[in-house]
Amino acid sequence: MERLRERPILDVSGLPSVAFGRANTTWFANVLYMTIEGTMFALVIASYFYLRTRSQDWPPYQLPPSLWYGVANAVVFLLSVIPARIAQRAAPEGDRRQIRIALLALAAFAVVNMVIRGFEFTALNCRWYDNAYGSAVWALIGLHTGHLITEFVETLTILAISFTDKMEGTRLADVAINSDYWYFVVITAVIVDFVIYGTTRLL
Amino acid sequence: MAISEPIIAAPAHRDQQLSRTWGQPPGFWGWFKNVHHTAIGIRYMVTSFIFFLLGGVLAGILRWQLARPENNAVGPDLYNQIFTVHGSTMIFLFAVPMMFQGFGVYLVPLICGARNIAFPRLNAFSYYIYLVGGLLLWGGLLLNTGADAGWFSYVPLSGPEFTAGKRSDIWAQMITFTEVSALAVAICIATTILRHRAPGMTLNRMPIILWEKLTIAIAVIFAMPAVMVVSSMLLMDRTINTQFFNPSVGGDVLLYQHLFWFFGHPEVYIIFLPGTAIISTLVPVFSRRHIFGYVPIVTSVVATGFLGFSVWVHHMFATGLPQMSESFFTAASLMIVIPTATQFYCWMATIWHGRLQFKLPMLWVFGFFFVFLIGGLSGVMLASVPLDWQVHDTFFIVAHFHYVLIGGALFPMFAGLYFWIPKFTGRMMDDHLGRIHFWLFFVGFNLTFFTMHFLGLRGMPRRVYTYTPEMHWGTLNLLSSVGVLFMTAGVLVFLVNFFRSKRYGKLAGADPWGAGTLEWATSSPPPAYNFLELPTVNGREALWDAEPNQPIVGGIREDIPEMLVTNSLDSEPQYKEEMPGPSIWPFLTSIAVSIAFIWSIFSPWGIAYGAIPVTIALIGWLWPRGKSPTPRYDNPRMEKSWNG
Repeated sequence: MERLRERPILDVSGLPSVAFGRANTTWFANVLYMTIEGTMFALVIASYFYLRTRSQDWPPYQLPPSLWYGVANAVVFLLSVIPARIAQRAAPEGDRRQIRIALLALAAFAVVNMVIRGFEFTALNCRWYDNAYGSAVWALIGLHTGHLITEFVETLTILAISFTDKMEGTRLADVAINSDYWYFVVITAVIVDFVIYGTTRLL
Repeated sequence: MAISEPIIAAPAHRDQQLSRTWGQPPGFWGWFKNVHHTAIGIRYMVTSFIFFLLGGVLAGILRWQLARPENNAVGPDLYNQIFTVHGSTMIFLFAVPMMFQGFGVYLVPLICGARNIAFPRLNAFSYYIYLVGGLLLWGGLLLNTGADAGWFSYVPLSGPEFTAGKRSDIWAQMITFTEVSALAVAICIATTILRHRAPGMTLNRMPIILWEKLTIAIAVIFAMPAVMVVSSMLLMDRTINTQFFNPSVGGDVLLYQHLFWFFGHPEVYIIFLPGTAIISTLVPVFSRRHIFGYVPIVTSVVATGFLGFSVWVHHMFATGLPQMSESFFTAASLMIVIPTATQFYCWMATIWHGRLQFKLPMLWVFGFFFVFLIGGLSGVMLASVPLDWQVHDTFFIVAHFHYVLIGGALFPMFAGLYFWIPKFTGRMMDDHLGRIHFWLFFVGFNLTFFTMHFLGLRGMPRRVYTYTPEMHWGTLNLLSSVGVLFMTAGVLVFLVNFFRSKRYGKLAGADPWGAGTLEWATSSPPPAYNFLELPTVNGREALWDAEPNQPIVGGIREDIPEMLVTNSLDSEPQYKEEMPGPSIWPFLTSIAVSIAFIWSIFSPWGIAYGAIPVTIALIGWLWPRGKSPTPRYDNPRMEKSWNG
């Protein structure tokens, strides 16, 4: 039996099928995801300072991590915001060429970040099994490195998609969202750097 | 958004078209590809109910052992494993997955008037991950490697020094599994509530159950990371020799407790708020009026969510904290009474001023009022430090939290099941058997747990596997154990009722209770596409407040799984989103993630090597497939450059 439709219609047929920025549901989920991850960073940092109150000397009888790799990486992180922003602006314009170039640059930045991060690990002046301080330092930087690698893989995947004919519609919105996540990785990098390198010297 | 004049149209076979679009694949592999929220919600409920039965069997063994002094039904080592797995199962594998995930995943999209949950593949993934976590814990127990350091696995007992073997590692990774699952569902539910509500369902008209689910989702998002961090620290202390909790090299065991209870107390509300959500939904239905005090209730729910994060230290009063902080946390803990009591008063006022229909679900609601009130009152007592010190780690605590958790979760759960099972299965449950179930369970519960208050006051400590006759705890313990028989009989009656009603029960129809929320606007059980006509909403009880010619949403494509996205505050339509269809990749990803997590129990390299298949599976999941219709952008320049 076919049913007759006799009620007024709220006609949404004219609405777009893609939304950028805050209107996008994936943007929203990404914010929630960053909240989860941000809470994790906050808790590990809180644990770091909690353990600090349990120790007379901090770092306990050892040198703080060597400064320069950390500073260099922070600078590279901050510069990497430029390609991320370019990709984000190109996405709603549908500028596929610019998206590819910006994502390539972003991936290159991430590679440099990871290489410097490798050197950072060698210059922490502590091991994770030495004491609670060492565990906290490695946990913090390890947590961040996990995010860095994840974001690198995500950027590479989106870059690969941008070379196919699938880079349209909601995939373009994903490019912009990927940049948001990259900003999160940069902000947490700067905070983690400040905790590991800065507070041991300044506070 | 303009509403057009009534039109008359007779679209041919729309239901068949929608079934093709939203239907899930059949067969064995189809089961693993299914991403519809009703299927996943049912799986959560069935699986967590099975874990509830298993956890109940363990409880029965505990009570059997304690029924008389110097009993030797189980030895101390097995006893430790049983009470740990009992607690961990009931909290992590039953209470949260049932109350938040099960009910939430099934009901939230329906109450929002949507055709599926947001991020359906993530939702499906969350179920498999949860299931593997449960199997891990229980597999461990069956292999005599059951977690044995209590459901919160405090260090140093659970640490490398005092628990050799893999028992604590299994517990720690079970936590990771279940919390990843809850976090994924929290994202799906929060997004569905804030972005997929039917037009007209503004925040001010949102049913209270959605407010509660949203509050819980946000509490999960802030609380669960804490337990993941702390269980990971425990695992690392045990597997790669980190020193977080080793006091000899600057570690601190109280760090564990702080992090654990920063999660653990909000967890109580994550379990209990879904219960109050059910109560706030049922009370107006069976009082035949709108709820009294919508705004105070919503405010109370949100306030409970916030306050839940400021009271964790009351679990640590006996650890020698500064007196100042004890006073602060006493005050904060007492403050929780205010929003909870506000809700109680509003429910009472609704019933008082309504026309009460004392149907079966309402019997369980009254059971909740009674049991939870007692749990709440003993909670007020425990918020005060001197009393807390006196009864710390005694059976008084066991009595208190069972009153709170069984009162706050189990009674509302049964109320909710009797209320919504007609929606899930299409058939009514038997009223008479339901009442027998209630009285058996209610009497048994109070017999088992009320006696424990006295045992606690007489000094019987928790977690002892036996006691001597000279302590004179035998009679009360026997009474407590007899209560379990009643509860077990009650649950068996429920199971008989369920299976009988599923087959022979009276057909329910779309809205057997005359309820007002949108899940009752569709057939029972709902079709694959949930709603033939997508609704709009005119009031807090969508069906009660609908105008005779309440508009419906038109212009959503039916040849692809398209859903309307509305804005968070006013639920104004914003755009139309094509939803992901069935896929095997969430299942494959969950297998890859499970391998990595379980491998990490045995070798730290498990995470490193395990990350490779996880990455491959994720790329497989996210890689776009098939041909989507030409996108429609809201940027006119783009339409030109892209399509032109």
